[in-house]
Amino acid sequence: MENMRYEYPAKRPVTRRAHVGVVGSGDLEVLLSPSPGANAEVVIRTSVDGYGHVWKSVLDRFFQRYDGAAKIELNDFGATPGIVMLRLNEAVEASEGDTP
Amino acid sequence: MNAHDTFLARQSFIELTARERARTLLDPGTFRELLGPFDHLESPWLAMQDIVCQADDGAVIARGTLDGEPAVIAAIEPAFQGGSIGEVSGAKIAAALELALSEFEAGRAIRPVVLFETGGVRLQEANLGLAAIAEIQAAIVALRQHVPVVGVIGGMVGCFGGMSLAAALCTDLVMTRQARLGMNGPEVIEQEAGIEELDSGDRRLIWSMIGGDERVAVGLADTLVEDDTDQVRETVLGAFRRGVQKHRTEDVDGFIARLAQVNPDAIDPDTLRTLWGTS
Repeated sequence: MENMRYEYPAKRPVTRRAHVGVVGSGDLEVLLSPSPGANAEVVIRTSVDGYGHVWKSVLDRFFQRYDGAAKIELNDFGATPGIVMLRLNEAVEASEGDTP
Repeated sequence: MNAHDTFLARQSFIELTARERARTLLDPGTFRELLGPFDHLESPWLAMQDIVCQADDGAVIARGTLDGEPAVIAAIEPAFQGGSIGEVSGAKIAAALELALSEFEAGRAIRPVVLFETGGVRLQEANLGLAAIAEIQAAIVALRQHVPVVGVIGGMVGCFGGMSLAAALCTDLVMTRQARLGMNGPEVIEQEAGIEELDSGDRRLIWSMIGGDERVAVGLADTLVEDDTDQVRETVLGAFRRGVQKHRTEDVDGFIARLAQVNPDAIDPDTLRTLWGTS
């Protein structure tokens, strides 16, 4: 298991939290909640060691579009980068969409 | 409707997560989660063993209503650690049932449902998980004097180990055809006793022994349902409308007599149906 933490600049507060996914094989759980600070904070726990550079690439791309001051916790059980991106976008949609 | 349309009209119960299962069984719009993922009540033991935690420890406790009556559903998430019962997930389920019991002691009614999907105790948490399972079993026995405790085994994990005993204690036990119920899972038996004893890869054999169809046919479970959320919900509501029935586990003499009929050297699923068949 490996723990990682990243910070990204944010432009706006986040009001509603969201939870998607499960810590099952090839999947991950995303908890998105308002960040106490002005930046976005990402905390990752993953079962697969040694892929910090891939996580950084996925997050860099995600935060090119996302600018909310969210705390995002990722509990990962071997999800591929594509699944990670889908779950992140699903969490944003759940946080900002019409239905909670 | 032809078979194709019927299939498409169904919402699969098995494919849902624990949280979605609880939400779809409750009356629409009444789902409210207790100790949800943002409470971060995780297993303190998994991280020490280099295993990633889930924020709800794989147990979803939901309040809401069933047929307009207050209800509590404890749902186990199959995808997280095989639905295994750890110290925290087990305590959440036991506490939900114990709180339901205290409602009756205070003169209020509540409908308890357990959605089983578990390989049994979480081996990484050993005795702490086993202790929690004992608490779950004790709570079911205490609660079922007041109200039916309804268990549903969805599949595809099934229900094994100590939790299979908890399922057996339920007033009404609902299974899908895909669900399995047993003490030791087939993989465990093959590993311990050898492939000559049981080939866990023989799916037809496994399901013919411990699948929902067989378990209901021999009276070890009560109702067989299709993998259809509406049908599961209707069956659960029906169990509460019937009220408290005689419990299978109180019929000790009956089961001893049934066991006496069985010759362990010549037993197979069809023979068992002939000996024990209820229908």
